[in-house]
Amino acid sequence: MNARYLPYLLILPVTLFLCLFFLYPFILVAQQAFYADGGWSLKNFQDVTSHWKFPISFRNTMLLAAAVVPVQLALALLMATMVTRMQKGRDLILYVWTIPLGISDLAAGIIWLAIFEQSGFLNSMMSGLGVVDRPVNFLSYQHPGIVFLAIALAEIWRATAIMLVILVAGIGLIPKEYYEAAEVFGASPWKRFTRITLPLLRPSLQTALVLRVILAFEIFAVVAALGGTLFPVLMGETYAYQFDLLNGGAAAAMALIILAISIAFTLIIMRALRVPKGATI
Amino acid sequence: MAVIEIKNVAKRFGSYQALHDINLTIDDQEFMVLLGASGCGKSTLLRIIAGLETQTTGEVWIGGRRIDHLPPKDRGIAMVFQNYAVFPHLTVFENIGFGLRMQKLPNDEVKRRVERTAELMHIEQLLSRYSGELSGGQRQRVAVARALAMEPDVILMDEPLSNLDALLRMEMRAELKGVLAESNTTAIYVTHDQVEAMSMADRISVMHEGRIVQAASPIEVYRDPAERFVAGFIGNPPMNFLPAEPTGAGQWRVAGQTLKGPDLNRPLEFAIRPEDMTLSDAGLKAKAKVVEPLGAHLLVTAEVDGTLFRAVLDSDLKVSPGDVLTLAPTPDRIRWFDPKSHHAVQ
Ligand SMILES: Nc1ncnc2c1ncn2[C@@H]1O[C@H](COP(=O)(O)OP(=O)(O)OP(=O)(O)O)[C@@H](O)[C@H]1O
Ligand SMILES: [Mg+2]
Repeated sequence: MNARYLPYLLILPVTLFLCLFFLYPFILVAQQAFYADGGWSLKNFQDVTSHWKFPISFRNTMLLAAAVVPVQLALALLMATMVTRMQKGRDLILYVWTIPLGISDLAAGIIWLAIFEQSGFLNSMMSGLGVVDRPVNFLSYQHPGIVFLAIALAEIWRATAIMLVILVAGIGLIPKEYYEAAEVFGASPWKRFTRITLPLLRPSLQTALVLRVILAFEIFAVVAALGGTLFPVLMGETYAYQFDLLNGGAAAAMALIILAISIAFTLIIMRALRVPKGATI
Repeated sequence: MAVIEIKNVAKRFGSYQALHDINLTIDDQEFMVLLGASGCGKSTLLRIIAGLETQTTGEVWIGGRRIDHLPPKDRGIAMVFQNYAVFPHLTVFENIGFGLRMQKLPNDEVKRRVERTAELMHIEQLLSRYSGELSGGQRQRVAVARALAMEPDVILMDEPLSNLDALLRMEMRAELKGVLAESNTTAIYVTHDQVEAMSMADRISVMHEGRIVQAASPIEVYRDPAERFVAGFIGNPPMNFLPAEPTGAGQWRVAGQTLKGPDLNRPLEFAIRPEDMTLSDAGLKAKAKVVEPLGAHLLVTAEVDGTLFRAVLDSDLKVSPGDVLTLAPTPDRIRWFDPKSHHAVQ
């Protein structure tokens, strides 16, 4: 066997698999998106973007990502640093903190619905304490701020752990000697975090952020459970086009728009956190 | 003035006693080498001085000031780490200037000091590179430059040359010694390489199982080992030992021969360095086992009275395995050790 061809031969099964189950459906979706009225056109894109709900759902998706991801990043960094410092019980804490990872997004939405709905925990607690005389419907059009907050909370609760896991692994890869050197040369704990941990964590931060941001643009089930139609998001609209309006072309166009946004942000993150050549651990 | 005083320092890791009651004074601008086998506690002692480890008991003083409760940055020290710890995400310039930046020195002062130390270490052309683009030797220079740029009172080095190849090591050894001699710093240098220790040190502290067994000049450590361990550790090949029985006032019986020694009436151990013997008519009978011509001299591994015994002889001699040599020890180079306490006996 020629050693030059061996690597290609070895990746062939995976490549075939991906072509069959990923690239091929993707091409079909793309075809569907660019196909309307019996010919190639951008009509589907024009239709979906000119719909009155598009700017709202676009803005909502972006706002949610902008509110949730930075909080998750900060929380995940804090938790990861704390876990890394821990001597005993570290694994136990990590397991507990990652429990939400095992819960599906719809289930997470329902859990938080049980808290916020009219007959939910929050209302029972507040009326029990005498703060309100009768249950308030938090998740209604009268309280858009609370709807947003509930969705953001549920998302933060549900999906911070995925960043945490990646960052804990990344911090574990940073040799202890760098911290000792920084300490000897006068870096305070905060400076050690900003001057050593953060820069050396760039590869992990990249992965965590890309993954998290893409997932944030795909938010759907939590919003459906908590906000319903009160809080339209891009993925929800895609679903509506496909299954309520039975407009496959429009749904495909929406899917491609979400993909384009994801790719754009991925490139921005990769660029912003890139590690110069020769500067890796 | 940076005299370092280590007073009764002990360190325990759980139930393991890594250091026992260390007492050591290092003079201002002295180059002190901590020498010992792997695991004897050299790094632990150095890290206690640096403040990266806390001693279980004892005190550390630098320049007349007790510093063992201070954080590393307030101790007036700089350190060169065993694996360099050159920050991979910073350029050589920023690495050397790291400590200066932490002190918030103005930019032009940082630049001046980084460039001066870089020049001293011959790495001025590497300033814009990252550590991933440097060879081991260059990285090592960066680590030293980073420490020197701090203009510290004390510089601590933990086996800084251990990852270099033999040739580069020899080169860096001389260079490092030269640079430090000019810099007026007190240096503590950890190594397990005795050649490095002998060639660089003003004084060597030989460590063994968490204790300092001898702290003296290289030549004294070599000629007059305070303990049997030092005698067996320093020198390549190490000292030879033979049991000795007293036979009268200052008379000793060693491998069937009578030798002059201390006036004591209990068994001792006779010790002699392999190069301190000559072929003669009277002396120890050694049966040659292995003969190694090493160019400059001839290393003969032999057996004396059933004990392994090495001799370094003139390379012109013709010796074959099986020959019986008569080796006369040079009288003033003979040393005696107490077989119980392992201390040297005068
Ligand atoms: N953090 C620690 N926890 C427990 N034991 C330790 C710790 N650090 C060091 N030791 C033990 O203390 C002893 C001395 O270690 P130290 O690192 O000082 O040795 P060393 O002389 O520097 O050896 P080497 O030449 O291999 O670097 C060793 O037996 C080591 O196992
Ligand atoms: Mg060590």
